[in-house]
Amino acid sequence: MGAIYKKEMRTFFVTPIGYIFLASAFLISSAAFCFTTLKMASWNTKYYFTIMIFVFIILSPMLTMKLFSEERRTRTEQMLLTSPVSLTGMVLAKYLSAMTMMGGILALTSVYFIPLYSYAEPTTAILIGNLIALIMVGSATVSIGIFISSLTENQMVAAVVTMVTLFLLMGAGFVNQYIDSYFIRSIFSWISIFNRFGNFMHGIFDFGAFVYYASITIIAIFLTVRVYEKRRWG
Amino acid sequence: MRKAETSTTVVDETAEAPNMIEVENLVKRYGVKYAVDDISFTIKKGEIVGFLGPNGAGKTTTINIITGFLSSTSGSARIAGLDVLDHPTETKRNIGYLPEQPPLYVDLTVNEYLNFVYDLKGCTFNRDAHITDVCNVTKINDVRPRLIKNLSKGYRQRVGIAQALIGNPPIIILDEPTVGLDPKQVIEVRSLIRTLGRDHTVFLSTHILSEVQAVCDRIIIINHGKIIADKPREDLATAISESRTYLVKICGPQREVTQLLRTRAGVSRVERRPERDGDAYVYLVESEPGADIRKGLFFALAQNNWPLVGIEPVGEDLEDIFIRLVDQSDIRRKNASARQRRPILSDDIYEGVK
Repeated sequence: MGAIYKKEMRTFFVTPIGYIFLASAFLISSAAFCFTTLKMASWNTKYYFTIMIFVFIILSPMLTMKLFSEERRTRTEQMLLTSPVSLTGMVLAKYLSAMTMMGGILALTSVYFIPLYSYAEPTTAILIGNLIALIMVGSATVSIGIFISSLTENQMVAAVVTMVTLFLLMGAGFVNQYIDSYFIRSIFSWISIFNRFGNFMHGIFDFGAFVYYASITIIAIFLTVRVYEKRRWG
Repeated sequence: MRKAETSTTVVDETAEAPNMIEVENLVKRYGVKYAVDDISFTIKKGEIVGFLGPNGAGKTTTINIITGFLSSTSGSARIAGLDVLDHPTETKRNIGYLPEQPPLYVDLTVNEYLNFVYDLKGCTFNRDAHITDVCNVTKINDVRPRLIKNLSKGYRQRVGIAQALIGNPPIIILDEPTVGLDPKQVIEVRSLIRTLGRDHTVFLSTHILSEVQAVCDRIIIINHGKIIADKPREDLATAISESRTYLVKICGPQREVTQLLRTRAGVSRVERRPERDGDAYVYLVESEPGADIRKGLFFALAQNNWPLVGIEPVGEDLEDIFIRLVDQSDIRRKNASARQRRPILSDDIYEGVK
């Protein structure tokens, strides 16, 4: 498992994808931070986090699109699956490598908050709560990407399908204003990754949302393992 | 069942050696198609076994089941006595596997790649010494710092074999190891396989006959998912020949010589060949099963003053045996499927082989 994790981390940086991910993450997040706080002379990070959640629609597929599809296309998965590593170990190693990139970028971009302290007093607890929630959203989106990547051998298909899926999951709550039925509205806002984030932005640590994100992660990883199990028996 | 008997004849020869690979009544079905249909065989420690069959015969499927990449529909595969499904980790540790397409991460250097495989297999040797050993055996030392994507096909194949050797597994399984190599590389890889056979059990699939002829001790032939022959190499080559064909070169009038050849006892067929050797005509003479026509022919020709300048047996190398076996099994299969789905029994063909 450690070997696969190390290999994935190395692959991120011997191929351009790791650098593209870092560059675009820095570019978008720094621009978003500038325009929502510094330019507005505001210390309210609410809009920054809102934008970041939607940026995950682009960032997560970058990390996950080739994790499984490429192994399948180049048949290297045959080696992984015939080596003394369990399926769960293999999937977890890949998930952890993507999460290292995700967590790394969130940690690095946290330096943005430092200037805020120079002209205002942001609540550190709210920032930390939001960052934790952001990592959880990252985890959910990465595992969805991993699951989709395991279904195809084409990176681009994996990337596009992941983006669309994430977009639908994020924005499910937005169609609510056009829907009269309370029942359907509640389903959409229950699904929506974005709606679940609302409480965090208002400074409330929403444990329900936390569990929701964790559940998505666990289910997607479980399904990925099942995909491999199923292909074996297919 | 006779199939079991056949495998015991092989077992007796190396009775002391433990079973490394045991396959029992293995079936793999995709929908209604049987990729592997009830095959059984046993491979002893130290054997180099060739697994031979036309494309799509079920070779790779069988190997994928043995290596734990696929699961069987029914039947079992055991590695060193352990079932591959019940003890996946232990059995996989015992196998070094080179799939049909070498599983290479082309963005890594050979060194990085082999180190990754070393970690992946959880080896506990001296890392550098072990990897250097493997590189020496496979002769890839000079390309170790290079990116795999820049290597030629021959080197990639050898890196693939090196990958299988890492961790020093007792069983090496190679799926079509010489496909796509140039003739010199083919020879190198074959001699490498023979070297491996000294202290590993090697199971090698191929559809190239000269390959098994060159490296294997024992040959298992598979067609349409069924084993149609399982014999030591020499047995297979001699046992199959029911009749013999000779290329005979005789100086003398062509028509009369043909007439004489046709009337000899034991000759079943005579064919004039277009080519000539000096003033000798060339004939293809096929004898009836069991008859040796050579001496009689010599004296008969001498009586007529027609010098016999050459006689050599033709055919009946593995190529012919293979094609004949596969054809037989195809014909039987067609006949059998006309009657019912349950097709030919390989037992029938074993009769032919004996």
